[in-house]
Amino acid sequence: MMRPLWSGTITFGLVSVPVDMYPANRSDRAPLRMLSPDGVPLSRRYYSQESGRDLDDDQMIRGYEIEKGKYIVVTDDELEKLAPRKSRDIDLRRFVDDQAIPPIYFERGYYLTPGAGTEKAYRLLAKTMEENGRAGIGTFVMRGKEYLVAIAAENGILRAQTLRFADEIRSPEDIGLPKKKKVAKSAVTKFEKLIARRSEKQLSTKELKDAQTDRVLKLVKSKRSRGKDIVEVEEESGGDGNVVDIMDVLKKSLAAKA
Amino acid sequence: MAARAIWKGKLKLGTTAVPVDLYSAVVDKTVHFHILEERTESRVKQHMVNPATNEEVPNDEIQKGYQVEPGTFVILTDEDLEKLQPKPSRDIEIMRFVSPEHISSQWYDRPYYLGPNGDEQAYFALADALANQEKEGIARWVMRGKEYLGALRSQDDYLMLVTLRHAEEVISAEDLPSLGGRALDKKEISMAKQLVELLEGEFDPAEFQDEYRERVEEFIEQKAKGKRPRLHSVQSKRGTSSLDNALSRSIASLKKQKEKVAA
Repeated sequence: MMRPLWSGTITFGLVSVPVDMYPANRSDRAPLRMLSPDGVPLSRRYYSQESGRDLDDDQMIRGYEIEKGKYIVVTDDELEKLAPRKSRDIDLRRFVDDQAIPPIYFERGYYLTPGAGTEKAYRLLAKTMEENGRAGIGTFVMRGKEYLVAIAAENGILRAQTLRFADEIRSPEDIGLPKKKKVAKSAVTKFEKLIARRSEKQLSTKELKDAQTDRVLKLVKSKRSRGKDIVEVEEESGGDGNVVDIMDVLKKSLAAKA
Repeated sequence: MAARAIWKGKLKLGTTAVPVDLYSAVVDKTVHFHILEERTESRVKQHMVNPATNEEVPNDEIQKGYQVEPGTFVILTDEDLEKLQPKPSRDIEIMRFVSPEHISSQWYDRPYYLGPNGDEQAYFALADALANQEKEGIARWVMRGKEYLGALRSQDDYLMLVTLRHAEEVISAEDLPSLGGRALDKKEISMAKQLVELLEGEFDPAEFQDEYRERVEEFIEQKAKGKRPRLHSVQSKRGTSSLDNALSRSIASLKKQKEKVAA
């Protein structure tokens, strides 16, 4: 069973909602592995520039380059202690209309499943936000990074969308786009007509299919059926060879609470 | 300082074409660290090794394979992969338009600004028309050997193209089992709604700063000056009272705050 990416507590007011966080996106459908000429899956290793020898994790540190070749070393312990207080919590300080967040801010989606203890507060928060069409905004820390997040509910399940911070977004002026020109009304009307003619009531997910990956998988299938370019090696013991279906993980995590 | 366009293309709506430049709308503010060898404090290098023999495999000998079952790979040659690449094109084809509420926030990926490349009239007219009609265009294009989907939208008079995730990637909440359990208490629902209403406001991203990043940057700066900044351990607060009690106390405290502001 896959472990949650993050476990912590959502708070709104004085109410605490323990949650586990999982990705809301599936990983690459056609991951390609790097193999040796005889088909052995390869591992990426770090090695010393000086001795040329491979390095273990405890022989490496993290450094911030302040000038060419000069580094400030920062340890895991220091990074952990630099995390803002309450970093295990997502404090929802503000609730906003969930349609009012411009798409430019959205980064990545995660599902939140009820964590340890009772799920009553979870269901209460989900129901309230879903019925009011609201998303709660807060920040939290995961794996050495702070995230701004919007939490909304759909189908009784809480979903967190990480958002970009305001200073990570450029403005048209930053880029140097030209100032708006006065536009002839007829030019606008022409485009309005084009848009109206090509508008649909719904967006079909059929149009959002990933044809490029489909082609890769199709070629794999065809080569396999022809027995072409196939290598077999001794089965790996675990490691990244095992593909986790995130959908199964989410279903199990939610079913445990139902 | 004006940014450089990362790509040039043509928005195509049927037979009408609007030439545009593409600019990234995001700035990378992440504090990037390098991995160093502890003994020498110099940068480490990476290579691929055969884990059985610990021998390095040079780049030109590495092959790529898709695992069809544990231990069995189908090799895809460079030639295969090249053939699978989409045909290069400068066209950003707008397939259709929909209302923004039909595009879930889960789909949006990376935002780009479009800038006019020549025909400024057509550019700003299209931005106006999209805003007036409250629609977003669903776009398809090929950039640097990759097929992209995107939403063409108008924001503050300018055109933006936000890439969309593919259908296969996004897990929809509708496909997940809903949580069961006893019916929720009516009084608690009404208190929770009251609490959310008390915390309601406009979306203002400027209210939130990346405090952690600021602290890490400050820490590095201090260390670079030869100082040893003090550090504190992280604390976490935990709620202790019952749900009912926590709701009513939160409402009372927020109401008091609001009265103070109003007074």
